Amino acid sequence: MNIAANNRNLQLLSGNHAVAMGAMLSKPDVAPVYPITPQTPILEKLTELQTEGRFNAEVLTPESEHSVLAACIGASHAGSRVFTATSSQGLLLMHELLHYASGARTSIVMFNVNRTPASPWGFWPDQLDSLSQRDTGWVQLYSETPQESLDSVVQAFKIAETVNLPVMINHDAFYVSHAVEPVDVPEQSLVDQFLPPFVPPFSLDPEVGSSFGAPLAQDNWNKSRRVLDAAQAAVCDQVVEAGRDWGALTGRPYGPIEQYRCEDAEVVIVTMGSMCGTVRDAVDRMRDQGQAVGLLKVRLFRPLPVSALREALRDVPCALVLDRNYSPGTGGILHQEVKAALFGTGNTTKMHGLLAGVGGVSVSSDRIQRLVGEYRDKVPSPDAIWVD
Amino acid sequence: MEKIEYEEKGQLYSGHVACAGCAEALSLRVVLNTVGQDAVGVVAPSCLAVICGAHPTSSVKIPVFHTTIESCAATASGVKRALDKQGKSQTTVLGLAGDGGTYDIGLQSLSSAAERNEDILYVCFDNEGYMNTGGQKSSSTPEKAVTGSTPAGKTTRKKNMIDILAAHRIPYIATASPSHINDMVAKVEKAKAIRGTKVLVILVPCLPGWGIGDNAMVKTSRLAVESGVFPLFEVEDGTRYIMNHTTKTQPVAEYVKLQKRYKHLSEDDIAGLQAEVDYDWDRLHRRVAQN
Repeated sequence: MNIAANNRNLQLLSGNHAVAMGAMLSKPDVAPVYPITPQTPILEKLTELQTEGRFNAEVLTPESEHSVLAACIGASHAGSRVFTATSSQGLLLMHELLHYASGARTSIVMFNVNRTPASPWGFWPDQLDSLSQRDTGWVQLYSETPQESLDSVVQAFKIAETVNLPVMINHDAFYVSHAVEPVDVPEQSLVDQFLPPFVPPFSLDPEVGSSFGAPLAQDNWNKSRRVLDAAQAAVCDQVVEAGRDWGALTGRPYGPIEQYRCEDAEVVIVTMGSMCGTVRDAVDRMRDQGQAVGLLKVRLFRPLPVSALREALRDVPCALVLDRNYSPGTGGILHQEVKAALFGTGNTTKMHGLLAGVGGVSVSSDRIQRLVGEYRDKVPSPDAIWVD
Repeated sequence: MEKIEYEEKGQLYSGHVACAGCAEALSLRVVLNTVGQDAVGVVAPSCLAVICGAHPTSSVKIPVFHTTIESCAATASGVKRALDKQGKSQTTVLGLAGDGGTYDIGLQSLSSAAERNEDILYVCFDNEGYMNTGGQKSSSTPEKAVTGSTPAGKTTRKKNMIDILAAHRIPYIATASPSHINDMVAKVEKAKAIRGTKVLVILVPCLPGWGIGDNAMVKTSRLAVESGVFPLFEVEDGTRYIMNHTTKTQPVAEYVKLQKRYKHLSEDDIAGLQAEVDYDWDRLHRRVAQN
């Protein structure tokens, strides 16, 4: 694992600057960008790197996130590698084109900083912005740390360009986007070894003359969704492969899910994003006290790694799903998804869906430990429960 | 009568599904044949999307990408930047949109592309309404015209898109008409040779939308030009105005009487429209004189 440890190039970076470094190392050809708090440091770092001659993409600054994604789609269809970043309202403004980008089989990589959607206005860590885009056909990854964010950007290009689907990576506002920690910034040669130049499967080429996206009849529209379904079915294996190959090069492997100290666990906490870091601490402390508690981190949310989740929760007596999001009328989205994944499998896990940290309120390690004590022997409610 | 001189290169195939006698199909044909094969088109939803489609067939020889109605200029910008990065800067990127996708929902992205002076040739096929959805009012619909959403006639004026574009100081803006093909060809050729944002607004009378006969498209276009309702002119760098058809020889009454969308107009209504046309004509000529 530590082949690379001796060659580490550790830099103190915020999560957003780590994303910018990941984007720079991935050498996109085109990068349309629009500012929004708390994504803006990604944009500013990229334009700074461009000014320094280290980032050689064509940078566009359109008037809205909607036009940003429209430009991304055009550039991707013209056969270029494309990167952009956004957050919250910006992602929601893109909604129409999120569907468009996946339907058009682009290989765009977009970083989204998870922030509360208005109204009322807020700038706080909450995953409803991206989770509410779950049906748009984008691959969705959730990152826990600045290092993971950098690593995931590079892997995302590999995944996107293999399956020809757009990939959205998410990290939480401030908890990850603005938290500064030592980040290993890999050598360009290492990234080049991992990520070959983009070879588009099709493009807008006057010598060929093929056109794309024209209106079509019901049968062909239906076929387009079946083809999309087949592409989605290939994503999970590609996430496994990219995470493994990246791990071989850097000593940092990744997968669709991560099980942390889940051996013989009586209680498993299921969550995504920055909350995973706090849960790790809580798990360590509870394990120290002799409590068999583990973390199940969901890194790949779309498509949901259903088989891996079923296996990870197969013999688990109790699970707490912590959702830093609230879907009005439904509850926590991860809770809903995990329940659906287990339905009909004979799984007997007592599952509690807890709305913890909605709107960015702090959920401490102590609080997580108390929640485990509070819920482990309770009869689970099918509904989500608000916890302080 | 002038002899039409342009090279037909077969860039728009026969068999497309435009209405017989469609001004937009004719104009598209002239634009595509003039631009040639080294081009990529970005098509906004409009009659154009139907004329160019439908999958798996294509009526156009160049590759086109169908984007969303509000995104034509933004998508075209992305295509252009990608081609630039690939060393294919000589390829013309065409934005192909209707007036709904230009004056209304696409104005924001077009304004931004113009502000960035993206190297695209944006062609607005202006049929003064949402004709692909059956003929509703857009902000390009002229005053008094009846549409599906203005059954008593529109109460406000047509948006002045050329003035808006001129305020962006882009290198080239021009109006064109299918009644003046040589003029249209010259403008496409001129635009193609200029780097930066070029916008061509072509008036394309819509047979069902305007209520004109299927043999009346060229005549209606010509009357629009000769009455001064739709003057043919160019604007360079947002400041230098050039008139291409300098005389106003027909009354507005002759133009409106061909069209069912104006059949309810009283003499006073027509006089009001005439006064507005005269005012705009004079203002345009003052700008030309200021060059």
